[in-house]
Amino acid sequence: MDRLLQILEDIHPEVDFETCGALVDDKILDSLDIIAIISEVSAEFDVAIPAEEIVPENFNSAQALYALIERLEDE
Amino acid sequence: MLFTSYGFVAFASALLAAYYLVPRRWQWPLLLAASYGFYALADWRYLFFLLVTTVSAYLMAVRLEDIAGEQKRYLQTHPALTREEKRACKAGFKARKWRWLLACLLLNMGILAVTKYTNFVIHNVNALLHGAAHLQTVDILVPMGISFYTFQTMGYVIDVYRGKQAAERNLFRLALFVSFFPQMVQGPISRYGDLSRTLYCGHPFDGKAVTFGLTRVLWGYFKKVVIADRIITGVTSLIQHTDAYTGAYVFVAMLFYAFELYCDFTGGIDITIGLAEAMGIRVAENFHLPYFSKNIKEYWNRWHITMGTWFTDYIFYPVSVCRPMLKLSKWSREHLGQAMGKRVPVYLSCFVVWLTTGVWHGAAWNFIMWGLMNFAVIMASQELEPLYSRFHARFPVRGKAPYEAFQIIRTFLLMSCVRMFDCYRDVPLTFRMVGTMFTRFRFSVFTDGSLLKIGLSGADYAVLLAGFAVVLGVSLFQARYGSVRQALYARPRAVSYGAMALLLVAILIFGAYGVGYDSTQFIYNQF
Repeated sequence: MDRLLQILEDIHPEVDFETCGALVDDKILDSLDIIAIISEVSAEFDVAIPAEEIVPENFNSAQALYALIERLEDE
Repeated sequence: MLFTSYGFVAFASALLAAYYLVPRRWQWPLLLAASYGFYALADWRYLFFLLVTTVSAYLMAVRLEDIAGEQKRYLQTHPALTREEKRACKAGFKARKWRWLLACLLLNMGILAVTKYTNFVIHNVNALLHGAAHLQTVDILVPMGISFYTFQTMGYVIDVYRGKQAAERNLFRLALFVSFFPQMVQGPISRYGDLSRTLYCGHPFDGKAVTFGLTRVLWGYFKKVVIADRIITGVTSLIQHTDAYTGAYVFVAMLFYAFELYCDFTGGIDITIGLAEAMGIRVAENFHLPYFSKNIKEYWNRWHITMGTWFTDYIFYPVSVCRPMLKLSKWSREHLGQAMGKRVPVYLSCFVVWLTTGVWHGAAWNFIMWGLMNFAVIMASQELEPLYSRFHARFPVRGKAPYEAFQIIRTFLLMSCVRMFDCYRDVPLTFRMVGTMFTRFRFSVFTDGSLLKIGLSGADYAVLLAGFAVVLGVSLFQARYGSVRQALYARPRAVSYGAMALLLVAILIFGAYGVGYDSTQFIYNQF
């Protein structure tokens, strides 16, 4: 989780990713940010996030994104 | 049948009356018949294209769902599979699904490409051959609204492929989704999951919904026939006489076209959404006060919203996360450094999306250049972000009204300037004409009566100015307080119905009608 938080904070240092739960709904993350995050996650965790998983529910919070990474690692 | 033709008004009125007279379970079949009738009236041969798209999407979506069902059953009946075996099994089923999806996309995008772009390709091949050979252009039927209904339908099939949407097993219901006439010719590009919620259920007559819907229809007509159809005379004159109208005239053309396009496109969408609303059907919003945007990204989140989200979901994301792109990203990090490595996938995907968006808008280099200019502006603003941050750290103006006004005006002018590629006949001419704004600008154009010689009279300007004031007033109200219709509805009936009557009278009196009136085509119909 710490590694993920570091990735997110590098992209948006001004956001408190540990508490924010509406990153996409509140338009804090846009499509360019999401791709930057996916690219970082793919390099850091060695998981590929497919396009069908790019939905607000998976990117609204650091916790949701971490759960997605864990699920993809398990599959 | 144009939305602004008398025929359409009669058609829509008769349909609306019939819609509430037939039993509710017959409402959507009635809409299907009306949609096919609407399309056939434009040209009965279009129906062939519509049927191919509908039937292919229906069959492919059902097939995709069946394969997903097979996969589920297989995994349920083989619980002892190892993780690797499960992974291999899923990959096998996914490959099968992918082949079916690809076949459907190739068929439908192929039809779109052949009908819209064959002559564009031929022209370019001829230009490349420099007279060594000359290919004849072909006379191809381009079905009305093909870009819109193809994208909408392919979006549905991709959603089924992704497991986000259940396949529609009733061919006729799917046929209505593909052909729903109010949105067929210029969008919005709906998602099946959204539109189907209200498209098929029976709707009892609801006076408020009908009033709200018809008010929005009137508002759409007001913007289209009072403003867009009037200002188009000036725009056409300014962009056709390129020798005479340079410098300040180009600036005027830029502003006029920005206003014309806004009123034309949002007016058409208001008619679409309002008509659907009057029938109890909720169509996705396509605009959210785009000219109040403070930066380009925000502008594209507010302008032609359904197209933007379509391109994001079905092109930008898949391109960004595809295996070759991830490999390229890894390679870039290793060879070009972390900073550049991070940029490569984002920039390359953006480039693909804006190139596709340009091509989607039309078979001309102007549109392709328009798309690439958008890409350039977005990327430039992305790269300048650290500079902006330093500026804001030093000068805390963010959030202050004058600075926000500056941001809005800057964004409006920038996007209006990029949009000039829609106007002039080719790309070099557009660059030349835009260049003259900076080299041959004469302020006297605004004071010596020159603008009264471009096809617009003093009375036209008076109507346009009043129309502009009304549109701006309504937009400011919406930005601050929300729905104008809701506010009117809360007042006594005399006020709300009085406003509707006023709008109708304004349309009838100030609409740009002439002898042998034939309203101009909506700009987005051609896409």
